[in-house]
Amino acid sequence: MADITSKFTRSRSLPRVKWSQVVDHAILIAGALFMIVPLLMVLQTTTTSDIETMRHGPSLMIGTELDDNFRKAMFEASGFSGENSGMSMLMNSLILGIGFAVGKIVIGMMAAYAIVYFRLRFATMAFWLIFTTLLLPLEVRILPSYEITQKLGLLNTYTGLIVPLIASATATFFFRQFFRSVPEELVEAARIDGAGPVKFFIDVLVPLSQTMIAAMFIIMFVYGWNQYLWPTMVTTEESMYTLVRGIKQIVQVLEGNEIPQYGRANMLAIIAVIPPVAVVIFFQSWFVKGLTDSDK
Amino acid sequence: MKRAGFSTRWLPILLLVPQLSIILLFFYWPAGYAIKSSFYLQDPFGFGQTFVGLENYTSLTASSEYLKVARFTLLFTVLVTFFSLALALLLAVKADNVIRGAKTYRTLLMWVYAVAPPVAGFIGLMMFNQRWGPLTELFGALGWDYNLGVDYSDTAFAMVLVSVWKQVPVNFIFFLSGLQSIPKAVREAALIDNRSGTRRFWDVTFPLLAPTGFFLLIINITYALFDTFGVVDTLVKGEPGNNPMTLVYKVYVDGFRGNDLGGSSAQSVILMILVLALTVFQFRMVERRIHYT
Amino acid sequence: MAQVTLDAVRKIYPNGVEAVTPASFTIEDGEFVVLVGPSGCGKSTLLRMIAGLEEISEGDLSIGDRIVNDLDPADRDIAMVFQNYALYPHMTVRKNIGYGLKNRKTPKDVIEAKVQEAAAILNLTEYLDRKPAQLSGGQRQRVAMGRAIVRDPALFLFDEPLSNLDAKLRNQMRIEIKALQRRLGVTSIYVTHDQVEAMTMADRIIVLNGGKIEQIGTPSEIYHDPASTFVASFMGAPPMNLLAAEMIDRVLVFAGLSVPIWTTARGPVQLGIRPEDLRLDPEGPLQMEVDLVEELGAHRLLHGHIDDQRLTVHLSEDTPVQTGPMRLSCRVDNLCLFDPETGRRLVTALPDAAESPVEAQSETAW
Repeated sequence: MADITSKFTRSRSLPRVKWSQVVDHAILIAGALFMIVPLLMVLQTTTTSDIETMRHGPSLMIGTELDDNFRKAMFEASGFSGENSGMSMLMNSLILGIGFAVGKIVIGMMAAYAIVYFRLRFATMAFWLIFTTLLLPLEVRILPSYEITQKLGLLNTYTGLIVPLIASATATFFFRQFFRSVPEELVEAARIDGAGPVKFFIDVLVPLSQTMIAAMFIIMFVYGWNQYLWPTMVTTEESMYTLVRGIKQIVQVLEGNEIPQYGRANMLAIIAVIPPVAVVIFFQSWFVKGLTDSDK
Repeated sequence: MKRAGFSTRWLPILLLVPQLSIILLFFYWPAGYAIKSSFYLQDPFGFGQTFVGLENYTSLTASSEYLKVARFTLLFTVLVTFFSLALALLLAVKADNVIRGAKTYRTLLMWVYAVAPPVAGFIGLMMFNQRWGPLTELFGALGWDYNLGVDYSDTAFAMVLVSVWKQVPVNFIFFLSGLQSIPKAVREAALIDNRSGTRRFWDVTFPLLAPTGFFLLIINITYALFDTFGVVDTLVKGEPGNNPMTLVYKVYVDGFRGNDLGGSSAQSVILMILVLALTVFQFRMVERRIHYT
Repeated sequence: MAQVTLDAVRKIYPNGVEAVTPASFTIEDGEFVVLVGPSGCGKSTLLRMIAGLEEISEGDLSIGDRIVNDLDPADRDIAMVFQNYALYPHMTVRKNIGYGLKNRKTPKDVIEAKVQEAAAILNLTEYLDRKPAQLSGGQRQRVAMGRAIVRDPALFLFDEPLSNLDAKLRNQMRIEIKALQRRLGVTSIYVTHDQVEAMTMADRIIVLNGGKIEQIGTPSEIYHDPASTFVASFMGAPPMNLLAAEMIDRVLVFAGLSVPIWTTARGPVQLGIRPEDLRLDPEGPLQMEVDLVEELGAHRLLHGHIDDQRLTVHLSEDTPVQTGPMRLSCRVDNLCLFDPETGRRLVTALPDAAESPVEAQSETAW
């Protein structure tokens, strides 16, 4: 009893330092540093000249070469064809990220709508056909996928880059879960209100799915932007390279030169990182919700 | 299906056509093709193929190189899964504890989710740069002559470290959301029942997080098996040489670079079976998990 | 004119479960009919078949003078209020109410005028630009009503519309809905599992159990002349006491009570007595052991047993009571007898009721 009261009075007169809280913060700060220091290091080398980096490595100093490195990375072509400047890779990455996200969402929503809201004789079969694709990632069927894309003449095209990646049902599955959670009575009310299937979809279901669509878009954009193996295989023309696909070439350029172009390479890596990271940070709550809801 | 679904005939079919045609063309066809090719021996110059039954498989299991890769993949998967889960759980529990700055910590700990694996590998290359990499220098100061890309186990170390770095955020997000969905009343009841914070964690929080943890376990195994391709490829600079590699990377090297379609397909099929086994295991566990949620 | 007629309407699901056995009845124009029963009794299925949300397996349904079996819900000239309101969450109140009209290609100014009118009736005018999430439960309920009345349908369908509201609001909305229906004079079918709602709102009640219609009648008929033990125990709170009794030589015998009654049954019967038909009487023939007294302010409930049969007594008089033995008498002209096997009501008459029914109703019956 006495113990309790003394603690109580002490905490009133003088804010007590809770050691457990200090430890908690220390661990979190260490974790945050573990995450961010590598990127800061890369960022630092984009501000210094290549010779400086080669001689002294990264430091705490912010250099003056940022503009120059940025110009080199963005507009100076490299590689054999001279067609893959940072600019063109950025465009390709955007096309892949956005094309993949939009394609996946549109196709997924349509299929999920058909499965959830219609009486279909072969609904079960369609369901299994679609959801079996969740079982096998692209990586295990990568070579035959490549062969087929080649046979269809889709190498080095945006179609060949994007469409085979869409061939899994993650978005469909997600929208199916969401549609099933939409109250039954809503479609009934809409039917009594005289809305047909197309009207219901456009007037009610799509507006209702807004947050879900946003969350999906973020996840899918990041996923598409970050694709590596598939673009590595289907894009051999340098003008078709995405930033992430271009990383390998960046690495090889680093090797070949007498003075490695660290500034340029690191700048490209930073450019490859910023858009998806920015999207994830700015739309954090949607993104987290979308990601964790897919668990169910 | 909803109980009062529409009964229009043509519309649902129209809605399903895009999805179905894409998966038939780019999922079922390739998957079937892989299975079929795994029983054939492809002529290296592209002139026809001969049926060889299970030979592609038997030669794989007899190949010491393949077994070495399989062993490495197993070790790699275990290490990556364990460390990224453990680290993420620790950080999530702490982030859930603190009141001040919780949002900032969350942002700082999750953004790496959006970094592409090969870019993560590239950052690893910089950290381990032979001339000036901060980690190489640190290890050197500790007496470890670190040599990325030359020494087998040094490269393996970098692969594990970078893969863990890349995976902690996903696990962190899920663990944190799992922690936050534990009802306040349950926490308060535990607070009344148990004085020790550590005991509370192991007796109450941890079991309630188990479903999330299990889901993440599967996700992490899949990640370590497949999604680390970019990390591996960048860290070995596209030249596997004497370096460690994962099973998926070998599929790519043998099939795409080595043009051994049959052997590579057999490897793909083995991976497919592995993933299917994982999924079946997951479904069984999920069914069991219903009983206590 | 919107008369609703069901002619042997039946529902069988593909898995063979018969949710509604062939049901036939007619609902008159302007009538307020309540379908009541426990959950799973088929009342909602029946309503949904009338709405067109569920296919009719067999039989004919007509609204007005057309058979509507194969018509889409939108073409049946009905409006429906759902249990969870089913408001479109992303639309304002105005759009929610007007959506059905918009789909019928009604001109914009007509929609606006009708929405305004409905909003005025329902006191929603100042909320027209809000989204459903910004409204209270009662207001959402009103929006759902507004969506129904704006279209001037031939038939209102209510699917447990009050079950998501708290008790106080429920009582208030019950009165509002009933008043609104009176005012508009639209034929209405109302589904509920709450017997109080059924009793207070209905012109006629249809009691359902296990997919079968147990009884159709006015609230008073349902209460005083239950057709089966199911109806007797479902309607009324506390429910009718059902006791095992015996017919011996045209005399009903239960514990100390013996009443001469004309009926065809012999041997064991089920005796039904409403709790308010029992009263304390030191001279009474029944001896009850009171276990618990529930004080409810305006009245009290005594829970107890006679031998091993439980029963409840409703007392309005303010006499002091306590647990322990208590003597009761019983109003015999309200007694109901049921077949112990089937639970169906047995035809009965008091011997002297034929001669002097008026007297039997008042004093001597006690």
